[in-house]
Amino acid sequence: MNYFELFDLAVDFDLDTGELARRYRLLQQQFHPDRFASGSEREKLTALQKTAQINDGFQTLKTPLSRAEHMLALRGIELAHEQRTLRDPQFLMKQMELREALEEIDTPEAVLDMDVQLQSEIKQLTDALRAEIIAIDNDTAADTIRKLKFMHKLRDELERIEDSLMDSW
Amino acid sequence: MAYSEKVIDHYENPRNVGAFDKNDPSIATGMVGAPACGDVMKLQLKIGENGIIEDAKFKTYGCGSAIASSSLITEWVKGKTLDEAASIKNTDIAQELALPPVKIHCSILAEDAIKAAIEDYKKKHA
Repeated sequence: MNYFELFDLAVDFDLDTGELARRYRLLQQQFHPDRFASGSEREKLTALQKTAQINDGFQTLKTPLSRAEHMLALRGIELAHEQRTLRDPQFLMKQMELREALEEIDTPEAVLDMDVQLQSEIKQLTDALRAEIIAIDNDTAADTIRKLKFMHKLRDELERIEDSLMDSW
Repeated sequence: MAYSEKVIDHYENPRNVGAFDKNDPSIATGMVGAPACGDVMKLQLKIGENGIIEDAKFKTYGCGSAIASSSLITEWVKGKTLDEAASIKNTDIAQELALPPVKIHCSILAEDAIKAAIEDYKKKHA
């Protein structure tokens, strides 16, 4: 399934997310199950499947990381269910350090500092990813996507820490 | 999801947590990560002059299964030669810890950590 085609958008890492949202709403209306309430079972089922596709497609194209992953999948490189490990000692050492720093966070200010740092790392990696995707350097792009997954995981972790800090304050 | 008793045991009482000096020539360091879950594993082996693994330490950020897998291999590799350690398969780890299919990648991570450490040692002594 090519989600760019679904929304009739050009395959582009820098797609216009406002335009994506507009087309998403239009398609949603067009295939809303309520409109097929009096249709046949088959029509209802098709509308339901289409709605699920539209939702999946929107979620996938909305954020740069999953959008890039989808673009690589369209190029024949499937990363979604891979079990391979990343062996980039320098990057992983940095991950360890960031994890250690996360463990020591105990104030809202420290959460903010870490958030700024993570956002900046994510931005750098995303900029690199854009260039690699445009250059059709698929293997490097795949590794950058893997790295971004680690960074997003760290940000999820940071959000959890923030929540638990708020609870205890 | 329910963890097996062995996973819980290793998770609650992890063996050999810690670090060696990675610049020491007798120390091999393997760093691996699993993008799907963000787990990061560092395995270090202390290798004697006879090529036998004398000691092992690990540090892992990840789920219970990842911690248990790394804790288990630090016990398994001690007393082994590098070739013997390299032959440890993720399926052995998964079987010993009774890992469910969704946690198999944790055992793959542990197997790859051993391989990465051995590569590091060979590079150091090339």
